[in-house]
Order: sequence, then structure tokens, then C-alpha cells
Amino acid sequence: MAASEDVTLLTFGDLMRVPGTYSSLSQERAMGRDIRVITSPLDALEVAVREPERRIIFFGVGFETTSPAIAAAVKEAKTRGISNFYLISSQRLIPPAMKALLSSGNVKIDGFILPGHVSVIIGREPYSFISSEFSLTGVITGFEALDILEGIYMLLCQYNEGRSEIEIQYKRAVRKEGNPLALKIMNEVFKPVSARWRGLGMIPESGIVLREELKEMDAAEVFNVPYEDRPDPPGCLCGEILQGFKSPPECPLFGTRCVPQDPVGPCMVSSEGSCAAFYKYGG
Amino acid sequence: MKEKNILLAHGAGGKLSHDIVTKLFLPFLENELLSALDDSAVIPIERSRLAFTTDSYVVKPLFFPGGDIGRLSICGTVNDLAMVGARPLGISASFILEEGLSMEILERVLSSIKNAAMEADVMVVAGDTKVVEHGAAEGLFITTSGVGIVLEGVDIKSSRATPGDVIIISGSIGDHEIGILLARGEFSLKGEIKSDCAPLNNLVQKMLKECPEIHVMRDPTRGGLGTVLWEIANASDVGVVVDEEKIIVSEEVRGVCDLLGFDPYYLANEGKLVAFVPREDAERVLEVMKTDPLGRESVIIGKVVDENRRKVLLKTHIGGHRILEPLSSVQFPRIC
Repeated sequence: MAASEDVTLLTFGDLMRVPGTYSSLSQERAMGRDIRVITSPLDALEVAVREPERRIIFFGVGFETTSPAIAAAVKEAKTRGISNFYLISSQRLIPPAMKALLSSGNVKIDGFILPGHVSVIIGREPYSFISSEFSLTGVITGFEALDILEGIYMLLCQYNEGRSEIEIQYKRAVRKEGNPLALKIMNEVFKPVSARWRGLGMIPESGIVLREELKEMDAAEVFNVPYEDRPDPPGCLCGEILQGFKSPPECPLFGTRCVPQDPVGPCMVSSEGSCAAFYKYGG
Repeated sequence: MKEKNILLAHGAGGKLSHDIVTKLFLPFLENELLSALDDSAVIPIERSRLAFTTDSYVVKPLFFPGGDIGRLSICGTVNDLAMVGARPLGISASFILEEGLSMEILERVLSSIKNAAMEADVMVVAGDTKVVEHGAAEGLFITTSGVGIVLEGVDIKSSRATPGDVIIISGSIGDHEIGILLARGEFSLKGEIKSDCAPLNNLVQKMLKECPEIHVMRDPTRGGLGTVLWEIANASDVGVVVDEEKIIVSEEVRGVCDLLGFDPYYLANEGKLVAFVPREDAERVLEVMKTDPLGRESVIIGKVVDENRRKVLLKTHIGGHRILEPLSSVQFPRIC
């Protein structure tokens, strides 16, 4: 899409390094494409207003944490009649993926440290299947070192006492009902669809795309880019590593073809990925 | 080299910069003076030693809190000379000017060059100007080169770090890069963080007078403290341990880092130095550094060890150890 002269692609910084099938956004920018990093979807709107002669595509990725802000930008664009703003929606939902993981059977998981910032939006309820259907434990946990320690401690307490509940450690940010306003706007703008996860395959209702009535802003429709559903790169074991079946050194690409400077799979891209962490500290 | 084209990251001072120098430039240009990859080359002439270095400045915006491209172009080169223990003798400055650049801007930059040169007590003794078409440069780029005389009895290089050495830094980190970032007005952040851009040669003179035996000195510019420590650990084949709680990061810099997901250990500085000093001299060097306006916040941050060679360990505030590797790419703001 960015190959057109009049197109500006806006993205969160995380995506610049992520390898695509043929290239990365960093490499494409080096070849002269207009690709810019922003920190808020609302900044994308401002660019669209400032540069009306260009078509502005916002590459909207992320989980429930970022989706409400993306939804707000879309809604605002609609209200203000901004006609040169488009969205690529590559957003994912956490609970359906966890459900798929647990339903696959054969998992060796006793409990979950649940993501704090996603839970700020969705609250506690969407995780309830973890305890009610699978009798496992979960603690919604913050990101600081002490949060994680307390989260683990709470999981261990549940385990020792034979309880399986969804508890909140990250109380200073998470309410059990989540953020109803954010959920409402997400629901107004997006609808759930089946989506592919690297290493996990297609998961029903785990992605969100623009609703029918907003499809004039859907970059995939407007720019008519053919979408190929590609399999994971040969040899990459990210799926098995994500599910806990294999550890990073068991992957034939680990440390040779796949390194942090030149990642093949998602687990090697960011420093908190299991392969990237293992690469750095495992030896 | 795997990349087929130059990326911004090749200029960021981290792993890719290191790779392009060692895998592309060195195979063509290698010689014993260049291969040391210190901040300046040290050339023996009869009974003394000449330090020689060059650097280009392409900063955007041209003016920022705490400095501008002119001040930067003098400080950067003076500091490269100072980091091998040299007293700067003269500097050359080449200007690439974009057609249409306002004379007023050029005058401001020149006035700033004059002031910085006076501060560093060095003369600009040669220069050149070229003008390129509109669009072929962004306002103005400057390249400065500098020569200096290495003080007698001084032998500072990245390969001299020795187990037992104490590591001192002359103040807080990250101010320059975050100052520039805010001045660019991107990310809708506002703040008044000033670049630390300053000539360090006077501070270095005082340190060397107190202790000519200093083993290593580097100014952590692009790539930041983390990358510089990694380069020294590798060049000297030693381990480096530094203490997170001792390293000063201002509240403002830390705030921006938290917001954008930057790591302060990889942010550029333009007026700070790291020195590896023999243990018995460390306290004296530290005291003399604190008497200089540019070293008032100097602090011991760690030491050189025999184990964990070629690794830099950061002791964290919760008692773990984090491995500091060279900056792997450009630090992009992150969302999670």
C-alpha cells in the first residue's frame, strides 16, 4: 500500500522491525516510502487533516489495550468527515486465544499471569472460563517487578489452597468490570472475525475488523490488496514454544538463522519474547 | 552484511553501526591505527603522539535546548580528541549548505561555533563550504576534523580496561537524545530537557593531571552508555558490572523513557564521559572531577571483573542482573 506515491503509512514503533514475507517497514522506509512512527491513533487523524492531498493509512495493530483508542480515531474521522484516513485492522483479542489454547487439550499449564493493561479495558469477566470450564487459576497482574512477584504469590496461594479463581493483583488500574466506555466504542466500530495467530493458526472470533457501515475507511477494501494466508516460515517453532511444548533451543533456527538482529519468528522480535529472552540469558 | 541498503539503524551507533564499520569499512581501509576504533587515532611522530579524528553532524533540528549543530560540531570533535588524552590543537570545519538556507541561520551557527571553540580553547584553522541543490541536504551539515597532542605518559584506549578498574561517569545520562527528541516536537511531548552538549577537554586535563594512569575514557554518544561499555568489555576481554542505582537518569528523561519505551542506557550524550581508573586512584580522580562544572555529578558506577568476559552486567534495583548488549537497532517508541 505504501508503494503508491500519495500514500503515507503510519504505524506504532513496534512494527518497524517486524519481518514481513519480503521486507520490513524499516527497509521499505529506507527505499523512500513515506512511513512514519506515531504513538497515538489520534495523531494519525491530525496528519490526515494537515496533509489532505495524501492518503493516510494507519496500521492499527495491538490487543484490547490499544483498540479503544483506534476505535476513537475511526469514530472521530467519521464524525469530522475526514475522507483521506484509512485503517488496516490487524487487532487481536486475548480471551479467545487463551480459550483456543486450553481447548487444544494437551497443555501443561497450571495457572495464568493475566495481562494487566488488556484487563484495564476488558475487566475480569472475559477470563471466567479459565476457572469455570478448565478449573485453572489466573491472576491479573501489573508489569513492575513487585507486581509480578505478588501475582506469582497469589497464584501459588490459590494452588496450595486448591482454589481456581480469577483474582486481580493489579488493583490500582484494573476494575472487575473493566472500562465500559472503552468497550462500548470498540463494539460500535469493530466486529469480531476469525483471525490467524502466528504459531497457533486460525482462531474463531479472535480478531476485530471495521463494521460494514465503516468500510469506506477499511484500507484492505479500498486499496484492494490481495491477502495471502501464508503458513509460518519453515522450521519456525514459535507455536510450540508459545504453548510450552518446546523450549527455544529446541528450534532448529534458534541462534543461527533466527537472532534478535534478524528475527524469523515473533518470539525473537521483541526483548520480552521467550526466544529473545532465552537467547540473551539462556547461555 | 545481510542488509542490501543503508538503514537509519546503520547510523544509530549500535550493533549495525559496529557491523558496517567492521565488516564493510575495515576490510577496505584496515591499518593498525584505524583498527583500534578508539575515538581518535593516535599517530606517533618522532617523540610525541598526534591524535586525529573526524566526525559529521546532521542533527535535526539545527537548534535545540542546550545547543545547536555548530556547538555540537566543535564539542563532538574536541571530545573525541580528549577521550585519548589529547590537548586539541586545531579543528577544520566543512559545511554542506542547502540552497536557500537563510544567512541568519548560518550566522547563528557560526557564532555558536566561535563560542564553543573559545570554551574549549581551540581554534578552527581550516574550512570549506559546498552548496548543494534544494532538497539534497537538510539545511546544513557540518563535518569537523581535529588534531591534538597526546599528553606525555598518557596511554588511554578501549583495550586497556583491567580487572579491578573502577568505572566513573561524569553525570546523568540521556539528556542530549531526549532533549533533541522533545525539540523535534514529535510524539506530542513537551518539556524543557536541555542537551548536555559541552567540551570535556578541560575536565579531562584535570583528571589526567591527577592520574595519568587512567586506562580507558569514552564519551557515550550514539549508542549510549550500554553500547560503549559493551565495546570496552569486548576490546579489553574483561567483564563489566555496573549498578543501576548509581547511574543518574533525571526524572524528566526517565518519564519520557517510560512513556515511549526507550532504554536510557542506549540514549546519546554529548557532554559526558566514562573513565576506567585503577582502583587505588579512583577516589582522587572522582574528587577532582567534582571540582569541574561539567563533572559536578560524577559518580562511581561499577567495576571491571575477570569473570563474565565480554559481557556487561547491570545490577538492578531488585537485585537481579540484566545483560546490556549493544543497541541492536534504532530505539523506536513502543506502545507496550
